[in-house]
Amino acid sequence: MDQQIVNAIFIGSIYALFAVGYTLVFGILDILNLAHSAVFMLGAAVTYSMVVNHGQSFVVACLVGLAASAFIGVVIEYICLRPLRRRQAPAIAALISTIGLALVIVAAVEQGNVGSFFSWLWVDGANSVAFPAGTVPNPTWHVGDLTLEATKVLIIPISIALMLVLGYVMRFTQVGRGLRAVAENPRAARLMGLDVDRMILLTLVISSALGGLAGILFGLALGDISPYIGRDNVEVRGLAVIVLGGMGSIPGAVIGGYLLGLIEIVALVTLGSNASGGVAFAALFLMLVLRPQGLFGTRLRERI
Amino acid sequence: MDFFISLFSDPVGFWNSHTLLISQIGINGIVATSMFLVLYSGQLSLAAPGFMAIGAYTSVLMDLNWHTPFVLNVVAAVLLAGVVGVLVGLPVLRLRGVFLAIATIGFIEALRLGVILNLPITGEGLGLKNPNADPLGGVPIILVSLVVVLFVVWRLTRGRLGSAWSAIRQDEIAALSQGIFVARYKMIAFVLSALLAAYAGALEAHLNFFVDPGDTQYGVTRAVQILTFAVLGGSGYVLGPLVGALIVTLLPYIFEGAGDYINIIAGAFLIAVIIFRPQGIVGRGGLAIIRPAWWPRARLSAPSPG
Repeated sequence: MDQQIVNAIFIGSIYALFAVGYTLVFGILDILNLAHSAVFMLGAAVTYSMVVNHGQSFVVACLVGLAASAFIGVVIEYICLRPLRRRQAPAIAALISTIGLALVIVAAVEQGNVGSFFSWLWVDGANSVAFPAGTVPNPTWHVGDLTLEATKVLIIPISIALMLVLGYVMRFTQVGRGLRAVAENPRAARLMGLDVDRMILLTLVISSALGGLAGILFGLALGDISPYIGRDNVEVRGLAVIVLGGMGSIPGAVIGGYLLGLIEIVALVTLGSNASGGVAFAALFLMLVLRPQGLFGTRLRERI
Repeated sequence: MDFFISLFSDPVGFWNSHTLLISQIGINGIVATSMFLVLYSGQLSLAAPGFMAIGAYTSVLMDLNWHTPFVLNVVAAVLLAGVVGVLVGLPVLRLRGVFLAIATIGFIEALRLGVILNLPITGEGLGLKNPNADPLGGVPIILVSLVVVLFVVWRLTRGRLGSAWSAIRQDEIAALSQGIFVARYKMIAFVLSALLAAYAGALEAHLNFFVDPGDTQYGVTRAVQILTFAVLGGSGYVLGPLVGALIVTLLPYIFEGAGDYINIIAGAFLIAVIIFRPQGIVGRGGLAIIRPAWWPRARLSAPSPG
């Protein structure tokens, strides 16, 4: 059980990191960016490919993976969101355009085989791969009856530090004030002289880089990198996390991530592996029915 | 392209060789119409795959265990979905926008992962064998059902009910202030959509020898696909979601030449359609083309004389 709780914290950190990017975009644009799970996958896939196929060191590979994720943030804004904003399209249209982009990204990685058009990106097709042993030093400690691997343990301080930095930026800096102003009222922000389009671009770049980082850490710690890790592991769970914490709330997403990790592990231990999958969604459903603003949500414009 | 050429050059042969595809289009059309009902009343509900699962499992299980006639199975499945629709609708219809969408995702995944995958009677993760399926005989029922469903829903949207739904979609608070019983009309749309989805689910289960509890069948992936039917086709008109279902179901045939890269082309196509037709393919207005800032502008006025 103790080991399970430790595992819950590892996986909770990844959920939290993923969901922070998700909730940042929702908080500022009121749009669910459904390409976020594809960015998560792409970060892991590019980093793996740089290490294994292009022979780069892990640090360089990580930077390339993060750059690729951030670049997809730019693509999301310029291709999926900005044209729709210009046309004053209903919010639901952005769901479809981001789904379309997610489809393209996943299909591109999926079709990356030796000799194919995308072989520079990925060569393992739909298979699941892991970083070769020794890519990063991974000492393992035994504390009592707990097994602690360095890659898993490191995730926790990295996630917490990043989320603290993001929280600081949002609360105390000029850029953060600008972002919050856009979230509050884009038209008023524009009248105050803010470049709203640039703020939104910045939001998507930050959000996608965080999503990509979550993917890299996931691939490193769990040894499972495939075109489907985003869809299978974080797409819907990410929604659950931001609802548990309160849509648009960054501290909420962090707490929600750890809470979901804990709920899943407790369900796994008490109900067995079959029933545990449904528990997270039952929790999500109950949370929305009983307290739709989430644990930390403050504003709730969607409700009468 | 062979696919579309054969549609015109040899319609009978086309019909015979693509019966299953035509059935699937019909079923997707019915589900898309179920999605239309909720979207038309301003509710972003993604519950359809859950009700399809209820329809499919109820009708197949009745057939397997009690050997009841098909019609009775379908009626029972649809009624059960209606009851579940009311029970789910009561708490969740207070939510709006993406909150409703996420709550309904919670419902379908809790149903699929929590209930269907754990009950011995539903075959757990292995799915359910359905030896009495009839893959080819269902086409006439499905196509007739589709036409009837479209006609009934079209009549509904033209009447009192449709006006109320329209008003709620455009502005819920204004509708409330006009004396429209918002909660009741939303519930009617939600339950009707549940009935249609369960009906489509029961018909679909009747086509396959195997009921598969996978994500692409009754999970989020299916929900997103159904939403794509409705939004791509246009959710302002009854025929829109049907057109969306037709196009999305036929995408692999439309872009036959793309081979393995079909999903890349399909994704790019989705983005392009939604950018140039944000209201959907069926709807008012032309292509939404916006001139980029660097595009040379036409001169607005003639140079003034003197």
